[in-house]
Amino acid sequence: MVAFRFRVGDPWRELRHLQREMNEILESAFGPSEPARPACNVWEGDEDMLVTCEVPGVGTGDLNISVMGDLLTVSGECKPAEQVEETAYHRHERPTGTFSRDVQLPARSDTEHVDAEFNEGVLTIRLPKAAEEKPRKIEVKSV
Amino acid sequence: MPAEREQAAATRSDAELTRRIREFVPRADIYETDKNLVLVADMPGVKPEGLDIGLEKNILTIHGRTEAPDVGERELVNAEYELGDYHRAFTLSDEIDQDKIEASLKDGVLTLRLPKSEKARVKKVPVKLGQ
Repeated sequence: MVAFRFRVGDPWRELRHLQREMNEILESAFGPSEPARPACNVWEGDEDMLVTCEVPGVGTGDLNISVMGDLLTVSGECKPAEQVEETAYHRHERPTGTFSRDVQLPARSDTEHVDAEFNEGVLTIRLPKAAEEKPRKIEVKSV
Repeated sequence: MPAEREQAAATRSDAELTRRIREFVPRADIYETDKNLVLVADMPGVKPEGLDIGLEKNILTIHGRTEAPDVGERELVNAEYELGDYHRAFTLSDEIDQDKIEASLKDGVLTLRLPKSEKARVKKVPVKLGQ
C-alpha cells in the first residue's frame, strides 16, 4: 500500500495511478477510508477478456458479479472474521463493509458464457466477447 | 506507515532478492482478545506453499510469494494493481507465548493467533463493595 505500483508506458496511466495513490494517502491520513474498492486488472484477447480482482477475505457467498454489455459490476461484503470492539484494535488497516465496483470492459461480452473463479482471495472472471466484437479476417481475392 | 517500513528494513537481512518481483507491505489488523493477540494480513494470491513465517528473537516476519496469472496471449489493457510479494515484520513483546503461535491462511487472508503468556493475562480480582 505504500509502494507505488507504477507501470511504464502510458504517461497518463502513471498520472492516474499517482492520483489514486495520493487519494489513498489522504484517505488514510484523514478520517475513515471509503468502503473497499477492489483493484481490477483487465486483459483483452481476440476471443475473450479476463478480469482479475483482489478481494481478500471475501467468501464466495458474499460476492456478486453482474455483466451488462460492456459493463462488469463486482460487489460484495468484507466481513470481519470475529466481532471485536473497536477499542481492542491496535492497528486497523484492512477495509471492511460493502463494496461495489463497475469495470468498463474493452468490448461487449457474451453474457451467457461468463465464468468466474475465486482462488486465494483473487477473483478471476473470463468474459467471451460478443460475436460482433470478435475480429474478422477478410480475405482479399485477386480477380 | 513509515515506522513499519523502517522497522521492516532494519530487521531484514541484506540478502538480495533472487526473483525479479516487487515487494509490498500487506494491510494488517492487530487486535487483542482475552487470550490472544490476533494479527490479520491481506495477502491475496498467496498459496499456503508460498507463505513463510519466521520468528527470530522477537521479530515475527511474514513473507508471501505470488505467481502471475496465466493469461495466455491476452494483452493487459487496464492495470490497477501490480503483482508482487508481500513482506512485513512485527516486533513481539515478551508477553507472547512464542511456542504456541497458530497460523491459518484462507481466501488470501493470513490470520496469526499469538497466545498471551500466563503472566500477561489480566487476572480478574473480584472486588466486594463495602456495605
